[in-house]
Order: sequence, then C-alpha cells, then structure tokens
Amino acid sequence: MKFRAKIADAACLNHFTRVSCMVAKLARTCTLRIRPHALNFILADPAGGGVSMWCELPQENFFSEFQMEGVSEDNNAIYVELAAENLSRALKTAQNARALKVKLTNKHFPCLTVSIELVSVSSSSRMVTHDIPVKVIPRKLWRNLQEPTVPDADVSIYLPVLKTMKSVVEKMKNISNQLIIEANLNGDLNLKIESELVCVTTHFKDLGEVQVDIRKFLQFLAGQQVNPTRGVCNIVSHKMVHFDLLHEDVSLQYFIPALS
Amino acid sequence: MAGAAAWWSSCTANTDCESLQAVFDPASCPYLLRAPAKLLGEAVLPFPPALAEVTLGIGHGRRVILRSYQEEEADSTIKAMVTEMSIGQEDFQQLQAEEGVAITFCLKEFRGLLSFAESANLSLSIHFDAPGRPAIFAIKDSLLDGHFVLATLSEPTPNSQDLHFSEPCRPAPQRQAHSTPQPDDFASDDIDSYMIAMETTVGSESSRTLPSISLSPGLQPPCNSEGEEDEAEAELSTVPGTPPPKKFRSLFFGSILAPAHSPLGPSPVLAEDSEGEG
Repeated sequence: MKFRAKIADAACLNHFTRVSCMVAKLARTCTLRIRPHALNFILADPAGGGVSMWCELPQENFFSEFQMEGVSEDNNAIYVELAAENLSRALKTAQNARALKVKLTNKHFPCLTVSIELVSVSSSSRMVTHDIPVKVIPRKLWRNLQEPTVPDADVSIYLPVLKTMKSVVEKMKNISNQLIIEANLNGDLNLKIESELVCVTTHFKDLGEVQVDIRKFLQFLAGQQVNPTRGVCNIVSHKMVHFDLLHEDVSLQYFIPALS
Repeated sequence: MAGAAAWWSSCTANTDCESLQAVFDPASCPYLLRAPAKLLGEAVLPFPPALAEVTLGIGHGRRVILRSYQEEEADSTIKAMVTEMSIGQEDFQQLQAEEGVAITFCLKEFRGLLSFAESANLSLSIHFDAPGRPAIFAIKDSLLDGHFVLATLSEPTPNSQDLHFSEPCRPAPQRQAHSTPQPDDFASDDIDSYMIAMETTVGSESSRTLPSISLSPGLQPPCNSEGEEDEAEAELSTVPGTPPPKKFRSLFFGSILAPAHSPLGPSPVLAEDSEGEG
C-alpha cells in the first residue's frame, strides 16, 4: 500500500481544509478511502449499519501530484480510519504553506503524515510534520463502506440557504428533540416541532414527511461553512432524509434515518 | 528598581520569612540556543493547545527540532498525533549544541514565558544540559534580566523513548516488492520519514529530576551581574521528586540597575514602600 500526494495551490489547500473541518464536525472518527481518481471521507452509521455520510473529492481538483497503490491490483484502494479532528487540525496549521504533502507512512504504526513547508522570511525553510495515527481497515470490512444507493424519494426539493435553516433549527432544538421535515413538490419545505404545550399542524397534499433527531440535523447544518453550489433534499417518507450537496467540485451526501 | 526592592523587603520584614535565593548557573550549561522570542513563538503555534510537554533538540543537518511529547500508557490503543517543527540553524542567533542533543520540558510554561518575551520584543537564550538537568531560559533587556528555570525529563529506560535526532538515514521499507524509488521530489521524503524514530509505548514511569535549588538566605546567585538585586520566592519541595513534576519552579527577576538609582521611566511602582524611602 502506498499513498503520496501534494497540494501546491493555496485555494485547493483551503478547500481541502474546509472539507476536513466539516467532517470533523460530524464525527470523531471517519474512514478515508483512497483510490486512483478520488478521495472519500466516509462516516458509517454506528447504529443502523450503512453509511451516514459520503463525501467524494475528485483528486485532480486538489492535488498537483497524486500516487497511490492499493492493497492489490484487483482491490486498488486503501481504506484507513482516523480521528477526523487530527486531520483538520494538521491542515489548519498550513495556513502559510508553500506546499503540503500527505502520505501514508509506517512509523512503528501506520500513519498519515502531513508535511508542510512553511513560507519563511529567511532563506532556510521551516517544516511542520504531523503524524496522524491511522488504522488500516481490512478488506473484509470494505462492503460496509461502499457508496450508498440514492433512495427512491417521495419528494425531492432544493434546499434553502443552509445558514438560515441552521439558525431556525438551533432555536427549535430547545423545545423538542424531534424535528419533522416535510416537503411537497410545489417547493414548500416545513420544519416542524411539537411539544406538549404546542402542536402545530399544517395540512398539505402529497407530502413527503420524515421525523428525525433534531441534533443530527443540526450537526449536519453546523458542519456546512459555506452554502453549497447546489443542495437537494430527498425525503423517503417515514424512513429517512437524504441531503445531496455539491460544493464546487466536492459532492457530499448525508443520510439521517427516521426516528422509530 | 528601588520600588520593587522595597516592596520585597517590607514583605519579608512583616511576615518574618526568609529571603530565598535559588542557585543556578547558566554558564555551567554546555548547550546554548538563542533566537528572537517571536521565532520560537511561531514555532510552537502548530502544537495543540492542550499538549503538556515538548521536546527540543538538534536534528540532522543542525536543524532545530521541536516535537510533541506524548506520555503514552502501556495499554493504550489510542495513539496520539505527533507534531514536529523543524527550523534551520540560520534562523538562530546562536546555536551551541551538537546533533542528537535533546531535552523535554513543559510546553505550557514555555508558551507563557515566550509570550512575555515576545511582547517585550526580546531574544530568548536557552541554556541546557543533559536530560534531567534544569534548563534555563533567559531574557535580558536594559531594564530587566529574567531567568526561567524549567525541569526537564530525565532519560527514561533505553530503547524506549529515546529520540534519535541524528539517526543515520535508513531506506524506507518497501511494502510492495516491485516498487522502485522514483526520482521525483518525493524520493527523499520516505527517508526523512524514518530518520527520526518515534517514541514507542512504554510501561515504565520516567523519572524526573527537579532542579536542585539550594536555599541560602542572603546569598546572591553567582551568575548575576554587578549591581543586580535578586529576590524571589522559590517554591519549596520538601520531598524531591514527588510534587507534580510539571510545576513551574521559580521565576527570578532582577534589576540590573544599582539600588541607588530608581528608573525614571514608565516602570510602575507596584506598592509604595512603607518606610517612605524614595
């Protein structure tokens, strides 16, 4: 297994850092899948099996150099598990970097090594190196980490500005743990909460509806620093909600199951 | 600073306590590193705020290396991220230490003294010795002369947490038999990666030696320059080795001005002396 990549462009580095910060906001540990043309950040849903977050980064949009060799020729991929915060923290120290290199190394245990060459006033360069411990995921567990199929939705709707939704949901969180997301094909999206004192019912025809844990929804919204280029919400009534976002060239899918 | 001196002496007169002098001598330290505090302040930025200790040493090519120090439990399966900052010797005003030399000390206290030195735009001199011996961080300007003495981690059992800063290059172990080293700029990286051995998990407790401070009332520390007044309170540890080793031992400030002269300047008088002497 081998992996080496280099980011030489400041904008690419910022974007990559933002993506890793978003992943760090969603979970403590995440899986990184490395394949010849793309990197994936994958969050597995601990409770229900299956994937809760799937993020794909086309490699050529970020890296000026990229080399990888998977576990075998037939399985030309590398799956590693790491603490998401370690990666985001390491990348954040590269604010004034001339170049950033990331590679898989073995320093008594497997690591993802991030090497940063800093811009320095003097002639000598300054280097920061972060060795992020990783756990190599064996091939037999790969089947749980595959790209989820997009469900047949009852309703698909474009999302409003995420920041607005986030501020609304943040306030709603104090009232109830359960949030009802409703949408219809006319472009109406409802975010409803119900408590013992207040019960608001709105009647729409042909609604797709799902009830989710508000904290999971808020966690997802909190991770989005920038409004996506395109954001779609797919509701499978009473089963799940699927968010499909496109940030420039990074695609992100997030799944929240319905509360049983 | 006459005001400060009077403050100290009136304090001791009222409470009948001894004036304690710590004995330490930067000149007895074989190794010296001197750089603007700003450089060192920038150097510690990449380290996590919660990190307790850092190792400072001279690496291959006489680069100055700062590396996060992790005290790992023997049974811990969760390994921590290791961060390392490497600075070329050209950035240092003075570097008197050979490759392989390294000490480990408290990062939190280092950050504290750095921010003070940075705010005053001063250079910091680090006088150090073998692991376990105290390291003396010195700053100096026209008004004050400060020495911060920090304990350093003494060398634990061999082949465990040693940092081989000058380990000879060894080629990267190849996992795939068919891969050949490519003549790109990555070629040197694998070698660099393995040059510095990582700390391994260790079960034994590493012992720390606290700086030996002998308390002799009234004696001036031998390293002070002429006209210096040095009075400070040193924290006592009655049983060496048992207090939290990371505790900041003492902070010494002495004015380099003779007692008769009080600086006319912006230095504030912290407390008027009760005798009313000017």
